[in-house]
Amino acid sequence: MIRHSKTPFYLATLLLIAAGLALAVLRHLQMGVPWLPGEQQPVWLVEARIDFQAWGEPVSVNLNIPDQPPGFYTLTEQAASPGYGFAITDHQGDRRAEWNIREAIGPQTLYFKTRLVPDEYAREPMPTDTSVKPYEVFMEEPAATAARGLLQQAEARSSDAASLTRELIALLNSATPDQNTRLLLSDGTLAPTLYKLLNFAGIPARLADGLQLEDARRQQTLQPWLQIHDGQRWLTFNPRTGVQGVPEDVLLWRQAEGSLLDVTGGTASTVRFSMLRQTVPALQIVRAEANERAFGSLSLYQLPVEQQGMFRMLLLLPFGALVVCVMRILVGIKTSGTFMPVLIAVAFVQTSLLPGLAAFLSVVTLGLLMRGYLSSLNLLLVSRISALIILVLFITAGISIIGYQMGFSTGMTVTFFPMVILAWTIERMSILWEEEGAHEVLIQGAGSLIVATLAYLVMRAPLAEHISFNFPELHLVVLGLILLLGQYTGYKLTELRRFAPMKRYQ
Amino acid sequence: MLDWIRPRALNQLGMLSMNKRNIDYIARYNDRRAYPLVDNKLQTKLVVDEYEVASPELLQVVSEQHEIGHFRERVAALDGFAIKPAKGSGGKGILVITGREGDDFVKPSGARVSLADIERHLSNILAGLYSLGGSPDVAVIEALVRCDPRLARYSHEGVPDIRIVVFKGYPVMAMLRLATHASDGKANLHQGAVGVGLNLANGQALNAVQFDRPIEQHPDNGLNLADIRIDNWHYLLNMSSRCYEATGLGYMGVDLVVDETRGPLLLELNARPGLAIQIANGQGLLPRLKAIEGLKRPHLTPEERVHWAMTQAGADHISAPQRSLPELEPAFQA
Repeated sequence: MIRHSKTPFYLATLLLIAAGLALAVLRHLQMGVPWLPGEQQPVWLVEARIDFQAWGEPVSVNLNIPDQPPGFYTLTEQAASPGYGFAITDHQGDRRAEWNIREAIGPQTLYFKTRLVPDEYAREPMPTDTSVKPYEVFMEEPAATAARGLLQQAEARSSDAASLTRELIALLNSATPDQNTRLLLSDGTLAPTLYKLLNFAGIPARLADGLQLEDARRQQTLQPWLQIHDGQRWLTFNPRTGVQGVPEDVLLWRQAEGSLLDVTGGTASTVRFSMLRQTVPALQIVRAEANERAFGSLSLYQLPVEQQGMFRMLLLLPFGALVVCVMRILVGIKTSGTFMPVLIAVAFVQTSLLPGLAAFLSVVTLGLLMRGYLSSLNLLLVSRISALIILVLFITAGISIIGYQMGFSTGMTVTFFPMVILAWTIERMSILWEEEGAHEVLIQGAGSLIVATLAYLVMRAPLAEHISFNFPELHLVVLGLILLLGQYTGYKLTELRRFAPMKRYQ
Repeated sequence: MLDWIRPRALNQLGMLSMNKRNIDYIARYNDRRAYPLVDNKLQTKLVVDEYEVASPELLQVVSEQHEIGHFRERVAALDGFAIKPAKGSGGKGILVITGREGDDFVKPSGARVSLADIERHLSNILAGLYSLGGSPDVAVIEALVRCDPRLARYSHEGVPDIRIVVFKGYPVMAMLRLATHASDGKANLHQGAVGVGLNLANGQALNAVQFDRPIEQHPDNGLNLADIRIDNWHYLLNMSSRCYEATGLGYMGVDLVVDETRGPLLLELNARPGLAIQIANGQGLLPRLKAIEGLKRPHLTPEERVHWAMTQAGADHISAPQRSLPELEPAFQA
């Protein structure tokens, strides 16, 4: 009797749909959850190989390893080193892989492998929590004078630490170096000279080791990169070109003050790198990341594996419900029991379609025959249904055993059908048969199976499974659609046929 | 083979669709609290009685399993009766007995049923087999309606009934349902009963359909359906309109029968009346429903509403409603 305005309803529904879509897009962008199943993402497999000669004493080897390198996300880390104890330690930003053995002699080889995923969001340098002081550098005359000259020249053309660094790199790389430059470069290479000059000028600077990533390269060495601290974060410069930032194909292996490799108990140590570009399913990466990122706490991958399997199934139900809504509201197919088709479809997902259909039809047919006998027994409804449940159990057991004996393992899948639902279906069909005739039983039975098959096909689609599990928020969209369908007042498809005789009154 | 009609054509005809009926009429005008009233035939009977709407005589109510045992003694004296589940819908679970043959009971079709069959039927009703949602139910046993023979001859083996759709107390459309051999004596259109659309102005047959196809004659007895004209039409409409006061349901179907001795009786009320009445009338419900929704000052009494509805349908001279019982008829004709 009361007419509510529909506008708030439509607004709320649209909001629901928008929220679902927005969350899904956010999740896609933030966590890289792929839209499509089976999407691949490149992964760099980098292997550091350490060789040295052991003296026959206790050996301790430690190698600096990447710690949140800009532009990459570390997927896995592992070491291969027979006989050695292995651990990863972290001392004040100096992440190191440590190998130890009581006694070793002769040539030794240790491997450290890491898999890194290119990650746009890790490209920006992270702010450091504490302020960094420049390292103390002593320069002797005349180098000190030359350095001051060069710095004056560069400072005149720059405004802050970053631009000063760029100017210095340009001066040092100049094709026609002046005498200050020549003097400074005469007792050192480019990168260490820059390191000294900048710290001398009071700008905190350090050298980092970068690895040029190229597919299937072996025996690679690290190259020095220059990092300066601008008061908030470490900025990286290419000392050879003066370009700021880390290129996509460069991995900063070492970004800490401290040695790359320490070996005690051995000599002639070298470290060499080889790398390989692999592709892995993007989902695998999401799964690995889920535990670590803030947004990942919303992911179902956090649940124990057993629960995940259950949710995989449950999260498909909204799609089944949507199919039932469409088929009943828009198309107008008659089914026996509103959501019986969805439950049958869930069983089909377990059994696969054709064996499922065969099993379902045989159970219902046998059940109808037995129900015929039960009805002549003059039983109360509750005990009749209960008896039917037990009979259905016998039928399914029989089908399973016969199927197994005949070598069809598919016969056993019949156990996935919900027994009580089957019993009620048989009861309803039987009443329908008595009251409305076989014709109506066929119409409703076929309608139920058609809807169940459609629901099965939708739920079975790899995309549906992928979307429902990885973007649970998209179920808000399904909810919105179902709410909108509930407002549909137009004609059903079947009504266009039912009312066809009205043509002659036009 | 497949015959379709375009949605635009249906719109032009003003055909009410299932979805629109559910959302814009049933959900909007039918208060859920009134549903138990119409979904339970026993309650319907008691409520409409206060509004001078007669219904078939209540003989007995079986509400417990152990009462079934006494059923035998109580029906011993009866020749004809009807067993109905109080909460049944769509005519489900109704068993009509027209006579006896030895120990057996005879159905309208001539088929015989034993006492044991009837007892099982009662037991099924009590367990809720025919009720909405399977809730426990009671069985209502009513006196047999013996249809007015002038109407009964059009029906095959079953009682013809008159369905009137009443919207906010205004009768909006009516049809007569005739059982056929195909419908097994039931007045259910989708089982093959004949639907005859009735002119609201005078109760004259407009148009007849079986299985949604137009027909001229009754398929079993060959009688010309266009000749049908319902007597006491004004009184029947008034009865249906009074049911609105009794239940408060804005959109409902009122099913009436005409008994040969007691005159028009209410068979049941339906809070979700079907859409087939539109096909039987060859007209859509929507224009009539919209006209009533658009009324600035709704009429307050059933008489005024029926008068308005009959005038809208084109009746030029409307006499005062009279309830002419068949045995009184000669007096009226005089």
